[in-house]
Amino acid sequence: MSEKFDCIVVGAGPAGISCAYELAKAGVNVLLIERGEYPGSKNVMGGVLYRKMMEDVIPDFWKEAPLERPIVEQRFMMMDKESAITFGYKGMEWGKEPYNNFTVLRAKFDQWFAGKAVEQGALLVNETVVLECIVENGKVVGVRTDRPDGDLYADVVVLADGVNSLLAKSLGFHKEFRPDEVALATMEIIKLDKKIIEDRFNLEENQGTTIELFGDATKGILGTGFLYTNKDTLSLGVGSLLSGLIKHKIKPYELLEYVKNHPMIRPYIAGGEPVEYLAHMIPEGGYKSMPKVAGNGVLVVGDAAQLVNAIHREGSNLAMTSGQLAAETVLLAKERDDYSESTLNHYKTRLMSSFVGQDMKKYKDSTHHFDKFPQYFDKYIPMMNKAASQMFTVDGSSKWEKQKKIWRDVGSAGEKIKLARDAYRAWKVMK
Amino acid sequence: MSEKKCQTIEEKQYLVRFNADTKSHLTVMDADICLTKCPDKICTIFCPAEVYKWEEIRMHVGYEGCHECGSCRIGCPHQNIKWEYPKGGHGIVFRLG
Repeated sequence: MSEKFDCIVVGAGPAGISCAYELAKAGVNVLLIERGEYPGSKNVMGGVLYRKMMEDVIPDFWKEAPLERPIVEQRFMMMDKESAITFGYKGMEWGKEPYNNFTVLRAKFDQWFAGKAVEQGALLVNETVVLECIVENGKVVGVRTDRPDGDLYADVVVLADGVNSLLAKSLGFHKEFRPDEVALATMEIIKLDKKIIEDRFNLEENQGTTIELFGDATKGILGTGFLYTNKDTLSLGVGSLLSGLIKHKIKPYELLEYVKNHPMIRPYIAGGEPVEYLAHMIPEGGYKSMPKVAGNGVLVVGDAAQLVNAIHREGSNLAMTSGQLAAETVLLAKERDDYSESTLNHYKTRLMSSFVGQDMKKYKDSTHHFDKFPQYFDKYIPMMNKAASQMFTVDGSSKWEKQKKIWRDVGSAGEKIKLARDAYRAWKVMK
Repeated sequence: MSEKKCQTIEEKQYLVRFNADTKSHLTVMDADICLTKCPDKICTIFCPAEVYKWEEIRMHVGYEGCHECGSCRIGCPHQNIKWEYPKGGHGIVFRLG
């Protein structure tokens, strides 16, 4: 068997499916290979799907896709051990068409999305691992799978094989990632009555909330937790750089239990029953960790290309746009009948000028910065909590006295200068 | 659930569906390195599924409960873990998230 396709896409996640969908729609003979039992069976995310980039692929998808809840409120909790400063935004414009984003459960959603690509004419093959790219004369010409006689050929191969990105690594497009370039996240799906969810989160039917957790959720090491509402489950998770877990010798599932038992979180999940436990890595090296994304006969998309904006917890949307741009590039190459790197580099140009590349550049130093200076998470967040507690506790001392005390508690003159410097640095890496 | 209650990793793993292959997709390449050069055995700490367990003189690899996250390959301080995907259709099967 040496079947030849126009294009082979490796991995049925948001990036791979978007690419296969667009190509099939344009009449290209595309094969989508998935190693799991079904698309989504190996895929994990906290659960926020952004409407805009999904809509770019399938207009009005919300009318039929298996979504959990449209998000009408996004909250942020800066947590100390027994307190939190919470802020957020809730707006009814997010609760109606065209919506802003939705929570989804990936096993359901990815199956549906892959099914849409199949409807367009893509060929989906599950339960198949791509072991390596077949390279001839410096050009990728196909893939070797773990099926008997499993060599498959194509004009171009799109690598959408996720955060581990073993195929791009084997092509020399990137080195093995370091522990400070990836986050390890664990999460639980917790079953809870629909009505209870709506009462606890102050929601009406078909409305959802996301809460991002900073500070004590990760015991002060760099990372975040999250609590998202689904229809009749909650997704509660926590992720931090692998290097942080190693340095502080933290067991990720114990960290998750710590969050579950945190007094700011416990009441939300009380009475809930955990129904699934999931672990996955997130590429968080940012712009500087991005591999080469185009070569002779090959493109790299989604997590495999490290396309995650960790600061804004965006990833699936970057993946979808990268998949679409890869598809656009394949069509261009097909028209020219030239699959060389110089033609396929069109993808890189388009990617870097899109919001994907721009946001990757904007935050290129952010992860490294917050990793290098842990005081943001382990010192300033507790400090903010103490200041809020001081200011809002009515105990007979005047507000001026309180302000003086708060200012005194920041520490010596040197500490104050350090705080100002850190605030400036944080602004600099985020601006 | 108002009182503090901690769920163990065994309880968590019980919630997950696995379709284990008969052959391990994780291989400790040089057992001697774990024994003599790796006092921390940090993989036994950061692995989210407690796949790695130190048994006096050797590393036990419970690949059947692996989430295929890849952390051990990246986090092993000696790059001593050969990490592959389980055979197609095998390994962890997420049903929800």
